[in-house]
Amino acid sequence: MSETSSSLTLPDPTPRKTTFSGTLYRGNEGMWSWVLHRITGVAIYFFLLVHVLDTALIRVSPEAYNAVMATYKNPVMGLGEVVLVGAVVLHAMNGLRIILVDAWPWATKHQRLLFWIVMGLVAALMLYFTPTHLINVFSPIEGGH
Amino acid sequence: MAATQVTGTPGEETAAQAAQTEGGTAPAEVDSAQEGHDRPLEAGEAVEEPQSFPVTVIVRRYDPEVDDEPRWVDYDVQMFATERILDALHRIKWEQDPSLAFRRSCAHGVCGSDAMRINGKNRLACKALVKDFDTSKPIYVEAIKGLPLEKDLIVNMEPFFDSFREIQPFLQASSKPEKERHQTIAQRERFDDTTKCILCAACTTSCPVFWTDGQYFGPAAIVNAHRFIFDSRDEASQVRLDILNDREGVWRCRTTFNCTDACPRGIQVTKAIAEVKQAMMTGVKL
Ligand code: SF4
Ligand code: FES
Repeated sequence: MSETSSSLTLPDPTPRKTTFSGTLYRGNEGMWSWVLHRITGVAIYFFLLVHVLDTALIRVSPEAYNAVMATYKNPVMGLGEVVLVGAVVLHAMNGLRIILVDAWPWATKHQRLLFWIVMGLVAALMLYFTPTHLINVFSPIEGGH
Repeated sequence: MAATQVTGTPGEETAAQAAQTEGGTAPAEVDSAQEGHDRPLEAGEAVEEPQSFPVTVIVRRYDPEVDDEPRWVDYDVQMFATERILDALHRIKWEQDPSLAFRRSCAHGVCGSDAMRINGKNRLACKALVKDFDTSKPIYVEAIKGLPLEKDLIVNMEPFFDSFREIQPFLQASSKPEKERHQTIAQRERFDDTTKCILCAACTTSCPVFWTDGQYFGPAAIVNAHRFIFDSRDEASQVRLDILNDREGVWRCRTTFNCTDACPRGIQVTKAIAEVKQAMMTGVKL
């Protein structure tokens, strides 16, 4: 290109098109704790909804209630219970963290540390709960609920 | 006339000449900077000249007259490590594609017009240095989220400024001072952090709550309310607290701390919001 070219006839850029809609926002601990809080919150809400319905079934027909309860007594449900307890523990602990972050200046400043403390506590509680619970679930003895 | 005069005028002898003629009390010769000036120079350690290197910048383009959907377009630019993402955008606009649209004015982090999402985080393009990014991978640049996209990297900031206006960001006092309104250092310190806001909208558009609920006042409006709520000279703190005690006010804040991370002025945004929440519960403590 030795000739002078007008700025109006700039060479066409060669756009390579990339197809995806947007990048994920790269938040830190605070954002992820909020995401986890939302997910566990919604999950617990749906559990409670189902739980209220199946318990209400006993007023409709005790037989149907017993049938439903029988289907719950299998290992898959046992694993589900671990997930449920995990969600409840996480939601509870993180809820306490959020209250502190809102109300106590020290906690606002150290929210990251608090997030990891919450995760540590949840992990510790689940490490304690899961084995005992799974032994119950998988032992052949009929346990009353 | 003076062309033949070789020696100095009498009485202008140098110290050395005086020493020679009078028998030697001249100071010993010192190592001076000039000494050995005729020796060959040793080459110093080679200073590496800064080298530019290619960087791929992928910009999310949108032309409302042509595109139905925004699209990602790649550009290769030569950059120096000490340059900023804004320089990359300039290079693209000036050398490759003049149709690229973005806002900038001061180019030095003062005016707040070039907040954009760079590699997934809200940053001012004029404060984001190339060396802080992993340039072996492309750098993604897109408009801030949650405000209506107008073109390329430009969004409509009006909803953002509307929220700002709504919290009455001006000093309100009934009395007229003799000369000036006095304030102690501690009283001034109380709201110092929030005076630094440049209204760039990086915080508000980093907030997941704001993305889904455009009615939320957003961090920036609360920061600017904080600036007057905790100002000892202002008398309308309660008015602003009432405005922000709304459904779409401070209680929408879920403390994700994205805003604190995004603020180019280093304002502790979430802390300011928490202080406004606390002021609602226990009253304003100046
Ligand atoms: S608080 Fe910070 S991020 Fe938010 S508008 Fe002001 S300067 Fe920008
Ligand atoms: S151009 Fe003014 S803040 Fe970046």
